[in-house]
Amino acid sequence: MIRLEKRPNPSRFWLYATPVVAVALTMIAGGLMFAALGKNPFEVIRTIFWDPLFGEFAWYLRGQLLVKAGPLVLIAVGLSLGFRAGIWNIGAEGQYIMGAICGAGVGLAFYPTESRLIFPLMILAGAFGGWVWAMIPAILKTRFNTNEILVSLMLVYVAQTILAMASTGFLRNPEGAGFPGSRNFSSYPAAQNPELIAGSGLHWGGVAALAVVVLAYVLLQKHILGFQIKLAGQAPRAARFHGVNPATLVVLCMGISGALAGLAGMFEVTGPAGQISIDFNSGYGFTAIIVAFLGRLNPVGILLGGLLMALTYIGGEMASTNLGLPSSAIQAFQGMLLFFLLGVDVLTNFRIRSLIGRSTTGAR
Amino acid sequence: MSERPVLLAVEGITKAYPGVVANADVSFSIGEGEVHALLGENGAGKSTLVKMIYGLVKPDQGRMVWKGADYAPAAPRAARATGVAMVFQHFSLFEALNVAENVALGMENPPPMKELAAKIRAVSEEYGLPLDPSRMVGDLSAGERQRVEIIRCLLQDPKLLIMDEPTSVLTPQEVEILFRTLRQLSAEGTAILYISHKLEEIRSLCDAATILRRGKVVGTADPKTSSARELAEAMVGATLTPPERHGREKGRVLLGVSDLSVASPIPFGTSLKEVSFTVSAGEVLGIAGVAGNGQDELLLALSGEIAAPSDRVRIDSAPMGDKGPGERRRAGLVAAPEDRLGHAAAPDMSLVENAFLTGAIRKGLTKNGFIDWAATRDYAERVIKAYDVRTPGSHVAARALSGGNLQKFVIGRELSQEPLVIVINQPTWGVDAAAAAAIRQAILDRAAEGAAVVVISQDLDELLEISDRFAVLNGGRLTPPRPVQGLTVDEIGLMMGGAHGMEVAHHV
Repeated sequence: MIRLEKRPNPSRFWLYATPVVAVALTMIAGGLMFAALGKNPFEVIRTIFWDPLFGEFAWYLRGQLLVKAGPLVLIAVGLSLGFRAGIWNIGAEGQYIMGAICGAGVGLAFYPTESRLIFPLMILAGAFGGWVWAMIPAILKTRFNTNEILVSLMLVYVAQTILAMASTGFLRNPEGAGFPGSRNFSSYPAAQNPELIAGSGLHWGGVAALAVVVLAYVLLQKHILGFQIKLAGQAPRAARFHGVNPATLVVLCMGISGALAGLAGMFEVTGPAGQISIDFNSGYGFTAIIVAFLGRLNPVGILLGGLLMALTYIGGEMASTNLGLPSSAIQAFQGMLLFFLLGVDVLTNFRIRSLIGRSTTGAR
Repeated sequence: MSERPVLLAVEGITKAYPGVVANADVSFSIGEGEVHALLGENGAGKSTLVKMIYGLVKPDQGRMVWKGADYAPAAPRAARATGVAMVFQHFSLFEALNVAENVALGMENPPPMKELAAKIRAVSEEYGLPLDPSRMVGDLSAGERQRVEIIRCLLQDPKLLIMDEPTSVLTPQEVEILFRTLRQLSAEGTAILYISHKLEEIRSLCDAATILRRGKVVGTADPKTSSARELAEAMVGATLTPPERHGREKGRVLLGVSDLSVASPIPFGTSLKEVSFTVSAGEVLGIAGVAGNGQDELLLALSGEIAAPSDRVRIDSAPMGDKGPGERRRAGLVAAPEDRLGHAAAPDMSLVENAFLTGAIRKGLTKNGFIDWAATRDYAERVIKAYDVRTPGSHVAARALSGGNLQKFVIGRELSQEPLVIVINQPTWGVDAAAAAAIRQAILDRAAEGAAVVVISQDLDELLEISDRFAVLNGGRLTPPRPVQGLTVDEIGLMMGGAHGMEVAHHV
C-alpha cells in the first residue's frame, strides 16, 4: 500500500524534474505503443525527437520548429495568466481565428495601397479581434455569472463558421476564379509577415512570442498585477481581502489572452499560412492549452514546452509519412505527454509514503 | 469520588505524529457518573487523547480498560457500541436538512422519521434542551445546533459522553442550561469527559481534572478546591501576568459606522441590520456574540470586502463605505479576519508574499506597480521577530506554520502598519496563553499610541480584559455599546439575547 502525503512546502526539485520525467515516461510508454503497432520503437522515437533537429532535412525542419512554436508560445503565455488566476479561457482557437480575420481584413481593405503603416495597423486589428472575442465570455461571466469555459469553447465554433463565411464570401479573392480563400499575402508586401532571417523560420510572430515571454516573466515575478493573478488563483478570499476585484481580473486576463491569441492568428495568416482559408487554423489554440500546462504555467517553461510540442508535431508528421504510422498514434503520443505531466506533477506537492515500511518511514 | 467504580482507565497511552508527540505516557481514569475535566492549552494533546477513546485514532502504545475489560475501539462505531458518545467542537450537521434528518444520519439503524421525531421531543424535554425536530438546521443558532449534537448522542444512551470545548459557542445563560443538563446526566450515572481551557466552568462543573501540557499529564487537581490561578499556572507551566493598561486619553472619532445594513455574501450567513457605533482614538471596542451572528459580515463590511453606501462607514471622518480594501488601508484601517488560512493569508504563498498581501500599501512596498521584494522580506522578518513567530524562515509557505504561529504572524503584520483603525476578529484564536497575552498587550499598546480598535471575539473574558466599551452582535444587530466598567455577567448575558428562549425549559 502507498499513500500520498501533502508536503509542507512544494518541492523545488520536483517542480523542475517533473517535465523531464514526464518526457522520459512518454518515450517509454509511447515506445511500447509503437512496438505494439509493429514498428521499431527506437526508430520512431529517433524520427520524432532527433531527426527534425539533426537529421537529413534538419536545415528545413529546424525553421519549421520556430514557425510552429511561435503561435503556440504566444497563445499559451496569455492563457497561463488566466489559468493562474483560475480563469479558464478554453476558446483561444476562436480568438485566434477572429484575430486572423480582423488583421487580414484590415490589410485587404487597403489592397493594393503600399504603406509602412498598414502592417502595424493590422497587428492592432488582430489583437483587437481576439480581444473582442474574449470579451464576450468575460462580460457574460462578470454580469451574469456564466461559465467562461463553456462560453469561450462554444464561441470557437461560431468563429469557425465566420471563418468559412469569410473565405467563401466577404474576404474571398475577387481574382481567385471563385475558389474559396482570400488573396495571398505573399503577393502584397505591405501586409505581409515575412521570414526575417532566411531559413530560420523566424517571423514577427516569433519575435512577439519571445517579447511576451519576457514581459510575462517580469509581470509575474515583479509586478503587483502578477502577484494578484497568482493570489486570485491560489486563495480567492485572500485576494478579495488584499483588494483584488474579481470582475476586473476576469476582464483583464480574458482580454490579455484573447489579444495574444488574436495576434498569433494575424501573424499566422499573413505569414506561414499566407491567406484566409477555411482550414488555415490548425488547432494551435487548443494545443496551446497543453503547452501552457507543459510549461507549468511559467513563461520560460512555456517557451521550452512550445518548442517541445512543435518538435513532436514535426517529428510526428515525419514519422507518419516516412514510417507509415497512423496520425492518431502520434496524437495518442502527444496525449501521453500531457497525461504523464499531470500525473507526475502530483509529486511537487505530495510525497509518496509506503504504508508497509511505516515504522521506518514514519519516524521523520 | 473515590468510591465510584472505575468506568474507563487509560494506561500509558502514547501517540506520535511525524515531528510531534501528541501524547506521551498518558494515564488517567474516570469513574461512573463522574464529570472529569481534561485541561490544557491548545496543542496540549487533549483532542488526540479523546479521539483515541472515541476510536478515531489508534494509540501507538498503552492500553485502555473499560469496566475491567480491554477496550480498543477500531472505529467510532465500535466506541459507540460500547457506550461512548462524543460532541465535537465543530458540528457535523447539514444545514439544508431538518433536525430529525440530521439525527438520523448519525445513527446506525434510524427508526422511521415519525418515531424518531417523537423520541427527539421526549429526550429534549427530559433533559431541558427544547428542540423542534422539524426545523431546518440552517435556521438554528449555534447553541441550538449543539443541542442537536447532544441529543444525537443521548439517543444512544451513552455511559461516557465526551464534550470538546462545548461552551465556546454559547451565551452565559446557555452555558448554565447546558451545565444543568450535564449535572442531570451525571446524577443518572453517565460519566462526562469535559475538555476545556475555561477554568471557571471547570471549577463549577467538574469533579476531577487531569491537566495536560505538551502531551504529558502534568498533574491532577480537584477543581472545587483549586483556584483558577493555580489551574492556569499548572496548565501553562508559568506564572501569568495580566496585560498592562496605560491610562489614556480618548481622542477624536476615527471609525464611525452608522445605520449599516448589508446582505451576507455567505450562504446561511447573517445580514447586518442597522449597525451603528463609533470608536475614538485610544479606545478599544469589544464586540461579543455567539458565532454566526454577523461577526464575519461585520469584518467584511469594515475591511472593504463588502461595499455599502459611502457615508455608512467613515474612517477618520472620510466616507469610505463604497471603497475597497486597498483604499481603506490607505486611509489607515487594517483588519485581521478570523479565518487565517485562505482569508487572512494565502496558504501556498511564502510569509514574504503574505506580508505583501496587506502590507503593500501602508509599508510602501511597491514602486510604480513593481514589488520591492527586498523591502517586503525585511518587513516580513521584522514581524516574525517582533511577534515571536516560530518558523524556519520567511520563505516558508503559510500553511506550514501551526495555527497559533500563523495567527501571531497575521496579527503582527496588521499591527506593524502604524494603523489608525484596527479591526480584529478572534485575535487569540488557537494561540497558547503566553502568546495570547502578548497579542492582547500589543493591541493595547497600539490603542495607547492612538489607534481606534475594534475586537470581535467569542471569548468574553478576553473582551472584558481589553475593552473600554462593550457591545454584542445578535442576529446581525449590534446592541448600543456600554462602558465595560461595572458591567455584570448577567447584563452581558441579556445583551447576548439571553438563552434563545431556553429559560422556560428548566422550571423544575
